[in-house]
Amino acid sequence: MMGLEAHVFSNAVTVVLLVGAGVLVAVVRRQRLWREAAHQLWDRRKLAIIVVGLYLGVALLDSIAWKGGIPEDVLDVLPNAPLTLIDRIFLGTKEASYSAPFADVEFYGAAPLRQPGSHLLGTDILGRDVFYLALKGARVALLIGGLTSLIAIPLALLFGVGAGYFGGRFDDFVFFLISTLASMPGLLLLIALIMAMGRDTLSVCVALGVTSWVGFCRLSRAETLKLRELDFVSAARALGVPEIRIVIRHILPNLAHLIVITFVLMFSGLVLSEVVLSWLGIGVDGSWGQMIDGARNELSREPVIWWNIAAAGSALFVLILAVNIVGDGIRDVLDPRMQKGSP
Amino acid sequence: MGAYVIRRLLYGVGVVLGVLFLLFILFFTVTKPDDIARRALGEKAPPEVIEQWKVNHGYDRDLWPWQDWNDNLLFDHYRRMLTFDFGLSDADDSPIMDRIKAGMGPSLALTVPLLVFGLLLAIPLSLLVAFFRETYIDRMGVFLCVLAMSVSMLLYIIGAQFLIGKILRWYPISGFDPSLLMLPRFLAMPIMVGLIGGVGGDVRFYRTVFLEESSRDFVRTARAKGASESRIMTRHILRNALIPILTNVVLAIPFLFTGALLLEAFFGIPGLGSITVDAIAANDFSTLRTMVFIGSLLLIVGQIVTDLCYGLVDPRVRLE
Repeated sequence: MMGLEAHVFSNAVTVVLLVGAGVLVAVVRRQRLWREAAHQLWDRRKLAIIVVGLYLGVALLDSIAWKGGIPEDVLDVLPNAPLTLIDRIFLGTKEASYSAPFADVEFYGAAPLRQPGSHLLGTDILGRDVFYLALKGARVALLIGGLTSLIAIPLALLFGVGAGYFGGRFDDFVFFLISTLASMPGLLLLIALIMAMGRDTLSVCVALGVTSWVGFCRLSRAETLKLRELDFVSAARALGVPEIRIVIRHILPNLAHLIVITFVLMFSGLVLSEVVLSWLGIGVDGSWGQMIDGARNELSREPVIWWNIAAAGSALFVLILAVNIVGDGIRDVLDPRMQKGSP
Repeated sequence: MGAYVIRRLLYGVGVVLGVLFLLFILFFTVTKPDDIARRALGEKAPPEVIEQWKVNHGYDRDLWPWQDWNDNLLFDHYRRMLTFDFGLSDADDSPIMDRIKAGMGPSLALTVPLLVFGLLLAIPLSLLVAFFRETYIDRMGVFLCVLAMSVSMLLYIIGAQFLIGKILRWYPISGFDPSLLMLPRFLAMPIMVGLIGGVGGDVRFYRTVFLEESSRDFVRTARAKGASESRIMTRHILRNALIPILTNVVLAIPFLFTGALLLEAFFGIPGLGSITVDAIAANDFSTLRTMVFIGSLLLIVGQIVTDLCYGLVDPRVRLE
């Protein structure tokens, strides 16, 4: 990554993610089980899926950045800074201080606003548009949830499936590792990891990943132990299929529904953890957690500055709620234990 | 049973040693004693002051036992943690043990009522929801649970402090007074917030437990005998669901001691959670690793107790 600028990298990642999503959709459409599950999910949880899609869209718009094209009269950004689409929409809307939603005067200073009535959710103490900040938070939240899951789930699968399938010494080692990590209180371990590794975005994601892979590792190990004994695996082994191929072709596809369910349910927990970390001063820059933490004391001002925390709080709440509802729906559709007749 | 107890205990000891090793890796090798000293003394501290500080805090040795078997940080770390000799805080040189003793009482004063009221609130609610399973009430209840779970604890706390403390002025916004007369005044709001923040997840969990029990054969038998639905609910389902509920409660007990991090810090309760939060703010590594160790130790003991209880009740567990 040396020599590569951050915004170029971000654009590349966005493209890779979009291509990945396209491939995923193609796979889902090809297989009947997944196609039906997707249809069922869409029928049951339309609104929540649309909401999650909106957040994804905002995050994508905020991930595509390029340089140049900044008008001469905008003074509050560097002329050669890479700006995202969202940045460009809100270019030049910075005021000097607080303004209430739709207000036309500044709060601490009598000067009229440069753009009266255009601040949908008001501005914060530095005069930044709150709506803009809340939109920017979407990318950070999805990054925390997504990146961490991309670290945690493959790790858990590697260890869980490996331990469950091959057994022996490796299984003993993995089981010991899981019990050790599971016997440390989650938040404390998380804090210890971040304190030790430093406080940048990547180490927060790694720390969240390390603390959240354990549960899924245990689950995938138990499930692999069950699958290993089934007839189709024995048949494959009798036919002389190499072990690695058995794992990839016969074990992993049968864990796919668990992966999807875990990913969605893990996501909301991760984003909520980040809020607590932000308050402890070890969170990720630009997240809703930091907005909430920053706006905390402004509730004690007179007049009360409530719109800041309300915007960040509701943006967070709506995303988590939508993801939780979609997650519940996915579990209902995919988990055989949740089918009709049983709870 | 004897062999099972010994095996389980030995495994517990192994896990404790594993936790200590992980803590050593995190707090001695990833963050080196020099870094800790510099964070405590400032970036511009002269080398001799740093050396003196390291001597005072016992950091002036080799990390690994390769050079000197008796005098190294790894074994010293194990020896001190296992004998509960936690030493001095990295931030203000006060003995850590004294702070823990002082923080235990306030923490328990908050967390014990929280656990008890939480159970008293969550179990009847989840029984009610499970009783009306697959009806409008059930779906509404589950939705409310998801709704309550989707709000960050931070927002609950800030909201309560703003609404109850500042606007309505029912209770003080934060503070603590150990006298019995004043205690409820200060604890009422944190307990309320804790209950609201936790009840959603609890009700959903207990509902699943109850529904799992209600699809068992003995429930169908009871229904076939003509037992009333409320009798089935309390006599057959609740009774049998007590085992998973008990597990959940035993595993929650260690967290009574480590305290509620957020609640204590926000409401100014000088418990163990507050100590941890202060340690983070002050880069106080020795206090932090002690808190992590104590929390882990209690959790391991809790897990062993649950497993032994299971072994006592269910012979199949012992054979695995």
